This record gives sequence, structure tokens and C-alpha cells, in this order.
Amino acid sequence: MEKFTIHARAKATLSGKSANAITGVVASGNLEILFERKGDSLDVTVDVMTASHGYQPVWEAVIKDFVERVSPGGMHIAIHDNGARPDTVLLRLMQGARLMEAQS
Amino acid sequence: MTDWTKQRKERARRLEEVASLVSGKVVQPASVTPLLERIICSGDRVCLEGDNQKQADFLAECLTQVDPSQVHDLHIVQSGLVLSEHLDLFRLGIARKLDFSYSGPQSSAIARALDQGKIELGAIHTYIELFARYFIDLTPNVALIAAVSADRNGNLYTGPNTEDTPTIVEATAYKNGIVIAQVNKIVDEVPRIDIPGDQVDFIVEAPKPFYVEPLFTRDPGAVTETQILMAMIALKGIYAEYRPRRLNHGIGFATAAIELLLPTYGEQLGLRGEVATHWALNPHPTLIPAIESGWVQQIHCFGSEVGMDRYMSARPDVYFIGHEGTLRSNRLLCQNAGLYACDMFIGSTLQIDLAGNSSTVTPDRIAGFGGAPNMGSDAHGRRHVSDAWLKAGHEAAGHDGPLVRGRKLVVQMVETFGEGMKPAFVEELDSIALARKLGMPLAPVMIFGDDVTHIVTEEGIANLLLCRDADEVEQAIRGVAGYTPVGLARDRAKVEALRQRGVIRRPEDLGIDLLQADRNLLAARSIRDLVTWSDGLYAPPSKFRNW
Repeated sequence: MEKFTIHARAKATLSGKSANAITGVVASGNLEILFERKGDSLDVTVDVMTASHGYQPVWEAVIKDFVERVSPGGMHIAIHDNGARPDTVLLRLMQGARLMEAQS
Repeated sequence: MTDWTKQRKERARRLEEVASLVSGKVVQPASVTPLLERIICSGDRVCLEGDNQKQADFLAECLTQVDPSQVHDLHIVQSGLVLSEHLDLFRLGIARKLDFSYSGPQSSAIARALDQGKIELGAIHTYIELFARYFIDLTPNVALIAAVSADRNGNLYTGPNTEDTPTIVEATAYKNGIVIAQVNKIVDEVPRIDIPGDQVDFIVEAPKPFYVEPLFTRDPGAVTETQILMAMIALKGIYAEYRPRRLNHGIGFATAAIELLLPTYGEQLGLRGEVATHWALNPHPTLIPAIESGWVQQIHCFGSEVGMDRYMSARPDVYFIGHEGTLRSNRLLCQNAGLYACDMFIGSTLQIDLAGNSSTVTPDRIAGFGGAPNMGSDAHGRRHVSDAWLKAGHEAAGHDGPLVRGRKLVVQMVETFGEGMKPAFVEELDSIALARKLGMPLAPVMIFGDDVTHIVTEEGIANLLLCRDADEVEQAIRGVAGYTPVGLARDRAKVEALRQRGVIRRPEDLGIDLLQADRNLLAARSIRDLVTWSDGLYAPPSKFRNW
């Protein structure tokens, strides 16, 4: 198990008022991502717990794209990857952001 | 004076040799090996029916028991090399040369045997390519085939897995060859005559029914959300854009996901009756929900599929069914249908290079080609038009006009990372290393880049029809290659420019709601759901049952 935190700065805060959201279920052989809203900051922090070692550069690329595409300012995100591939991680991140935006 | 009947005389001589071993056309199982020793001569071309699915397994076993000092140097010409007995022939010194199409489960064993010099490889063909050579320069001297039942005159009923049999027998019987059939049962009257008895020399009732491999059953329970997203991208970005009515699907999970999304997402997009109405397709269980929802008008099949027979028999408006009530498949004719009568092929692959060449070869496996290169190629002899075909051709040419012909849509679906995080996008295909190792002059490529029109990944669609040079093709491919090294090495400005031109389209460009990419979007989420959709007619093989 490898643990690291990625910091990024978004162009805007994420819209919506939802305080938190979860996508995915670890036990289902898939990754789990927890989203929490931490105020109006533009900062984004992502805690990654991954089963595969040596993929931090790929994670950074995934988070960078996610932040560019969604502008999730103010989000604290925790990922338990359960061995998921980067495409699945990005899909879950995008879905989580949509949930945060969609819910009131 | 020239003797023009040497082959006929040789055939008569061989038949005479075995007269004491047969009763009419019937051979007892115990007499098969001695019969083969007398009727097959060293150096003969032999087709030991191994199709994609149906296997003449008893005859294969008997052939491995002939005395190699009597029968050797056989040239095996058959489409599927899938049983261990097929390889044993080479190991035992009975066979030496091989021309084939597909090896599936024996792909590692073939690679090893080639490496050790046990097999002299003629060529790896596509199905119709090998069948074509049956009539030109690879005509079998002896064909050992499989059928469900025979009458005493040798009339054969193949059952739903007719597959290659008519083609093999046609080539052998009409060129003075000898045809021997193993059948599950000798009966007074066959339910239908798939092969007329005058083309069959001998029949034997095998001790157990021939083996059929279930190849096309994909468990909806194993479809991932990434595959669902890719299916949504394909439906909205390709099916809805080009509206292909006539098509072929590959056998992987990516297209299974599309089949399971037709009645849900396809319905939302208003595509029912507009796309995917006529098919060249194996009997995919995952298409059942779409059939039951009224999407499909008709399907012609290469082969059958274990468990689908009763369902198909009950849907004769959709499938090709004999007057006696069971499916009639035909690999040669269905491959031809896929080549000339379909507007689109869409299927999965394992590796794609920067020119769009696509391969399923890994360094130590030679799985062969099967039918995909034909399904996934533009038939230059096609002359009839359709809207989908013309639209693709016009996109490729950059204009329309009376001399601009159409193009078949050839869509490759691939997740950017495969098993064990192996990147699907590569600078050089593994097949090139394999060709180097085995001294092959042409690397085995499933679909060449110049035939591929679109690549779909979870990152989006690359439309290669709209690319104007090799650099654009490369950047379009990098632009959908995700976080693989090939994808990370993209030129971001060029990829963005291609996106502005619609060469690359992302889910957000297509208006796809990612929250919909959920397993709840599947029309069936388990094998059991498929059984329910089929009204209990689909009987899945036991390995797919968990209830």
C-alpha cells in the first residue's frame, strides 16, 4: 500500500451545495472516492491510498486533467484505489464532481 | 498418352484398400485408426475439421494413433487448431506442414512448436482466405468432419453448428478426395440434409458427442463501467452519427456492452429501427434484450453458441432456421456477408500502434486471425451504396462526387490499459517482435491502420477518416490513449486542434452524462437476466450459471 497527497489549485470553486459524496464501493472490486467540500477555497487536496506502487506520476497526470476539466476548487478528495486503472479513477472523479454539483 | 484420371483412380484404389473395414458407408469406431492408416497417404493434405466451435475430436484422436512410419508428413489444412490432438500430430511426426486460421486455446503450444521446428508453417489465414485456397492450391485429399447425425447413405445433419462443413466437403468431394464423418448418432432418417450423402464416403458413430466450445457468451455481470462509458461513446458518436443498419460486432466485452445498452441508452437516443437492424453475427446471448425489444430484423450466423439453440429455434423471423426447426449457420457465407453486406465492423483489440495498426498477438502466443481481418476491412469490390458507407467515404475523401466511393466503418474499441496495467497503445506492436523471432516476412496484423476508421477508448473517439496525414493520425491516436506512455506523450496543442475539428471527440463533446455510465444502464446485469429476457429459452452453459 502506498499513500501520498496531491495538491492542486483550481480556476474556480465547484458549484452546488452538497457537503459530501461517495462514488464506487471498495468491496465490489472497484475503487472508492470520498468528496468533501472545504469552504470557498480554490485549493484541491487529494489523498491517495493505492495498492500499486510506482504510479505517482500517472496519478498526478490524472488529477491535473481532472482539475482542468472540472475546476473542483474547495474539494478534499480521498481515494482508495483498490488497484483500479487510471481511466476508472478519472471516471469516478468526474462522476463524484457531478454528484457534488447535482445534489442540493 | 496423358492419363487425365489419375486422381479418380487413386481414390478408387484407396477405397478398395479399406473395403474389408467397412459395411456400406459405416465404420465401427475400433476400425477407424486402421482405416485412416490405409486411406491417408504420407504427404496428403488433410482437413481435420476444427472449426471455430465444432470439433471432429474422435477422428482427431484416431489420427494421432496411426503409425507414423506408415503415415507421415501430412499437410494439415484446417481453419481451427484448437485441440491438443491437433498439436500431437506434429509432435508425433504424423504431420509436418500447417496452414490454418485460428488457434485460440492452442496459441501458446503453436508458438512453442514453431520455435522448436516441429511445424513447418505455410501461412496463417483469415477464414475465407483459407477456404478460398481449398479451391485453388490447398484442396484436401482427405477431410475428417463432424456432424450431429447421419443416415446409412451418409446424408449428414450438422445441427446448428454447420459452420465450415459444407465448404470443406465441397472442396474435397468434388476433387476426388475422401470425406469421413464422425456423427453423434446414426439414424434412419436425418432431420435435415446439410451434406448430401453422395459427397460422404464413410461415417462413424463416435463414442461421445463432438465437442463444441462456447465462445461468444459474455457475462453481463462482468461488464465494467468503463466499458459502459465506451459503449455510450460508440452509440452516440458513431451509431447515431453514421446510422449503420447492417453490421457485425466482435466478441469482446466492449461490444457486449453496446448490445446491452441498445434497449436502454440506444432507446433514449431514438435509434431503434434506425441502426443495427441487420446483422452478420454469432448468436451472442447479450443481444437477446435488443432482439426482444424489437431492435433486430435479422441475423445470419457464422456458427452457433452453446445454450442458444432453443431460443433461436423459437425466433425464426430473426435467425436462419431450417424447415425442421434448428439454426443453419455457415461460416463461409456469413464471412462473405460481413465483408460485402455490412456497413460497419466494431470490435475489441489488444494493441494499437501510432499508425492505427491493430493486433492481438503477444510475443509467445499465435492465436491466428479467424474472421476479424475480413470483417474489419473495406471490400474494394463493393458497389452498392448505403448512407453510412457513403458518409464514411466522403469524410475520408474530404468531398463527395460521382467517383467518390464509400468506406466501411471499421471501429476498434480498446480500453487504454489492458490486463495487469499493460498499455494497449504502443510505439511498436508485439507482433513485429514475433515476426522477427520466427523469420516471418509479414508481421501478423489483425487490422491494418488504413482500414481502421475510428478508435474508441474511454477517453473518446479518434476519427481517422478525417485525418489528412500520418502526423494527424498519430496525434489523434495519442489523443485518446489516456494515461499510457503513448497518451502522455501527446502534443497537447495538436490534440486540442484535432478536437476543435471534431477528429477527436470527448464524452463532454458528445453531451454524454457520465453519471449515466453505471451498471444500472445495462438491459441485463447477469446471465440470469438474459434467461429471463429470453422467456426461459436461453440455457446458459453450466460454467456461466451461479444459481
